Parts: sequence; C-alpha cells; structure tokens
Amino acid sequence: MAVIQEVARTRGTKTERRKGDGKAAAVFLAPWFAGLALITAFPLVASLYLSFTDYSLLAAPNWIGIDNYTRMFTDARFFQALEVTFTYVFVSVPLQLAAALALALVLDKGMRGLALYRSAFYLPSLLGGSVAIAILWRQVFGSDGLINQVLAFFGVQGVGWVSHPDYALGTLMVLNVWTFGAPMVIFLAGLRQIPVMYYEAASIDGAGKVRQFLGITLPLLTPIVFFNLVLQLIGAFQSFTQAYIVSGGTGGPVDSTLFYTLYLYQKGFASYEMGYASAMAWFLLLVVAGMTAVNFLASKFWVFYDD
Amino acid sequence: MTDTPVRPEARPQPTSGSRQALSEIAAEIPDTTPRRRVGARVRGLLKHLGLIAFGLVMLYPLLWMLSSSFKPTALIFREPGLVPTEWDFSNYGDGWSALLHPFHHYLINSALVVLGSVLGNLVSCSMAAYAFARLKFRGRNLWFAVMLMSIMLPIHVIIVPQYILFSSLEWINTFLPLIVPKLLATDAFFVFLMVQFFRGIPREFDEAARLDGCGHGRIFVQIMLPLALPALATTAIFTFIWTWNDFFSQLIFLTRPDMYTVPIALRTFVDATSNSSWGPLFAMSIVSLIPVFLVFLFGQKYLVKGIATTGIK
Repeated sequence: MAVIQEVARTRGTKTERRKGDGKAAAVFLAPWFAGLALITAFPLVASLYLSFTDYSLLAAPNWIGIDNYTRMFTDARFFQALEVTFTYVFVSVPLQLAAALALALVLDKGMRGLALYRSAFYLPSLLGGSVAIAILWRQVFGSDGLINQVLAFFGVQGVGWVSHPDYALGTLMVLNVWTFGAPMVIFLAGLRQIPVMYYEAASIDGAGKVRQFLGITLPLLTPIVFFNLVLQLIGAFQSFTQAYIVSGGTGGPVDSTLFYTLYLYQKGFASYEMGYASAMAWFLLLVVAGMTAVNFLASKFWVFYDD
Repeated sequence: MTDTPVRPEARPQPTSGSRQALSEIAAEIPDTTPRRRVGARVRGLLKHLGLIAFGLVMLYPLLWMLSSSFKPTALIFREPGLVPTEWDFSNYGDGWSALLHPFHHYLINSALVVLGSVLGNLVSCSMAAYAFARLKFRGRNLWFAVMLMSIMLPIHVIIVPQYILFSSLEWINTFLPLIVPKLLATDAFFVFLMVQFFRGIPREFDEAARLDGCGHGRIFVQIMLPLALPALATTAIFTFIWTWNDFFSQLIFLTRPDMYTVPIALRTFVDATSNSSWGPLFAMSIVSLIPVFLVFLFGQKYLVKGIATTGIK
C-alpha cells in the first residue's frame, strides 16, 4: 500500500485529483486474494513440484526428476484413460450442442408455452451431474433395466449396456447429450439478439428458410456456438461422477469408462501415488489449456462478429 | 477471454423493439389467405405434439424413477410403465435406515455444507466483484484476467496439494475444506457474474452517495447489494445446486461415515446394493433430488437469466 501512495505522491496533482481506490480495493479483494494465493496458486505450484517427486503422504517427497512423466508414456492405462476421455468429449459434446441448437431453433419463434418447454428441457442439465441420476442410469441401461424392458416389449433382446465394454461409454455419452438444456438456453438468448429485419430483408430478396438459416442465423450465432463449445469441452474433460458411479469406481468394464479424472483419482487417492497423480494433473492442465488456445485461434476463421 | 462473446445485456438491443414494430405492422395487413392460416395452425399443432413427445421421452427416466420408488424391487426390473401395478411405500422407510446413520443425518450434513458455501460465495464474490466493477486500483485489468483464467482451471489440477494442505491442518473429515474456499471467492464464476451485473448499475447511484459522504463500505452494502439482488439470487441458487450435487471434492475430503453428505451416502448405498434393494436406493435418490428440484421450481427466472448472461451450467 505504501508503494501506491508513494507513487501517487510523486505524480503530483493530476493523480491526486482522481485518486485511486487502492486501499478500498485491498479490503474488498482481500478474501479473493487470499483464496487465489492459498487455494489456487500455491497448490498449482506445489502440484508442479510434486509431479517431479515420489510422494505417498507418509514420507517426505522424494525428487525423481521427470520419471513420473516418462512413466505416463509407458502406462497402458494412462493411454486408455486418454482415449476414453477424448472419445467421450469429441463425440458427446458436438452431439449435445447439435441437440441444443436444434431445439433452440424450434423454440425460438416466440411460440406458446416456450417457458414451459424451456424448463422441461433444462431440468436434466441441473440434475445430470448428481449421483442420483448416475444411479438411475446404472439401472436404466442395466441388463434388466428400463431400456431392455422397453426393447423386450418390441421383441428385441438387449444386452447389459453398462456392463458391456463396447457400450458402457456410450451410455455416459447419452447422459451428457441428455443435459443439452444449458447450452440450449444460451442459444435461445443468442437467437434473440439477431435483428428480425435481417430475415425480413432476406425474404423480400426471395431467400428460403434454409438460405436464411445458412446466411443469417448460423453466421450471427457463431460467437455463441464458440462460447458453448469452449465451455462444454472444458466441462466434459472433467467429467467424473457419472463414470465413478456407473462403474463402481473402477472405470470398468475392462477400463472402458476409465475417464482421465477417474484414473487420476485412483492414483492419487486410492493408491496414494500423489507424485504421479500430480504429473497427470499437470498433463490435464496442458491438454485443456492447449485445446482452449487452439479453439480461440481457430475461432478467427469461423466465428463471425457482427460489430 | 476478456472479450467474452456472450454479453447480451451489454449489446445494443434493437431486437425487441423492431420485433414488436414488425408484428404491429403485420397485424394491420389483413390475412387474405385462410388456407395458409389453417396450414400454419396444423403445422404449429404438429410442432407442439412433437415437442411434447420429445419432452416426455427426455423426462421419462426421471418420472419412471419416481414411480419405481413406490414399487416393490422385483417390479422395477419388470415394469417399464409409469403407474405401479402394486404399490410399496416401505422403500422410503427401508432406505432411510439402510445405512449406518439415518438418512436425515446425511441430509443435515449436506445442508450445512450448502449453507456455508452459499453464504461464503455471496459475501466474498460480491466483495471482489465490487472492487473489479467500481474501484480504480493498479493492475486491475491484470487481476481481472487472472480471475477469468481461474474460472477455467480444472479442480483436479490442484486437488492433490489441497488435500495435503487440508490434511496438515487436520481439516479432513470436517466441512472446512468445502466451505473455506467459498469464503475466499474461489468460485470465480460468480465474481464474473456479479461484475457483469454491477457494471449495468448506473454510476449515478454511487456518485450521489459519495457526494453525500458515503464511503465504499456503505455504498457497497446500502446501494450496490440491494440493487444486485437478482445477481445474488442467481449466485445463491447455482451455489446451492452445485454444492448439493458435488461429488468429487466431498468424496475426497469426507471419508468418515458420520461426516458423509448425501452424494457420498448414496455412493455407499449403491456399492452395497445387490439387486434386492433397488427400491430403497431409488427412494433415497428421489429424496436427494427433491431440494434441487424445488430450487429449480422457485428459482427458474434467475437460473435462466444466469446461464444466459454467463453461460454457466
């Protein structure tokens, strides 16, 4: 604080007139600063340090250089976890956003009962991350579950979806797509921002519905698509609860639902290999940051800003 | 990230006005084609039917879980219909006492964590937001950028050292690791949400107060907070739902059965469940969803507004 006052004094009258609020800011930001330092920054740096050590909570960390990182690249389960996570993210997020956009377009035209439909479609996004819904999913896609009961009604014999390595991940993707309501609401808000006169002008020029969608709606909506994409990708990379509950914490069957975060949890908090878990955490951070950066760079080529 | 693409209220809004104007114009033009009008009606009706059918399919699993919680367990695996052919209310009683502690023990634990988190977020995030929205200080843009970036930081990256830190403080198996971070504004989403809201409040209000001799403390408490009630409500509601549903950090920090919250208790339940006790398990799952559902029912307005402005889930 003293430094700020010092600087203000040396700058003379001009700064004195519009004096900064340094003191007040320090008070208002104190909790946030403390949290940033103690709960975020310190653990971030500490986990970088731990990632170069062998640490099990019982003895002091033992420096082992980049061994944890080289170990990752010889760890078959690590690659399995990466593959599962990438498959999950890059299949379910586009499907989820497509569903969100489609429903937002259907609901957009100021139709009757909009609020009711919006709420009905939004509800699953609020509940989808809970343990209770994961339990429901485990039953619904089980061998005697709801899906197979319905299939049996049509004379089809279903498999045990959550216990079959080919389908277990698919059931989790369905769950993620099921929560399309949150991005849908954002799309709806975005659609409201598009001036109606654009459509008027286009239809006077004889453009049909499809051309209006491709020529007006889609380009003007790209910032929202981009925003949803960034958020949902980051969120999907961190999925944990559903895989944990559906697989009973194992990531099974045969590691087919071994999400990256689940494997990290197993390493860090089941076998207490905290050094290795920290290395995995930093790898995750680099992947998420890299993906977000690529997203932002690529956005220059497809995201259209009206103003 | 500073150029967040969705800031609907920050953009000029020709939309609602022009839309209304156009519909007025449209109303003045007599619709001389009754045939087309009938066609539009039919299409509208079909659209509604389609949406209702789709909504039912989406919500069917939820409704089915509710109805199944009133069925004998054997029927859960045989009956895809919504109306139980045989009612069994014992699931709720059985589920309530199925674990080491009665289920309300876990409900109370969850409620305590949620209460602490909501209060923590309301106080700390609004304070930080006031500083970012209204105060002039050195490095404001830099710290704002840091705050935005911290929104994207996965919790998994810092959970290991956090665990070590909290266990050295002997905070494991207390609610402190879950509540103290909220008191320190680590949920930066809400700082951002409130900054957006505060920026929309006309500066004339606080300038008038300052002329009357109010300091920042009084301006914040007596002027900004009352005006920011919708943003505070959104924050409270989302914090409630996220904390109530949170599984990862509660799984890590709460390992003693008497400290279990609802999600952790349900996990123990599902691990111990053979095919014979799905009825009670469903019943307790329904119980665990009720608070979120009630908040959804009464807080919809703020939920929709909240995600539309900041894109949070």
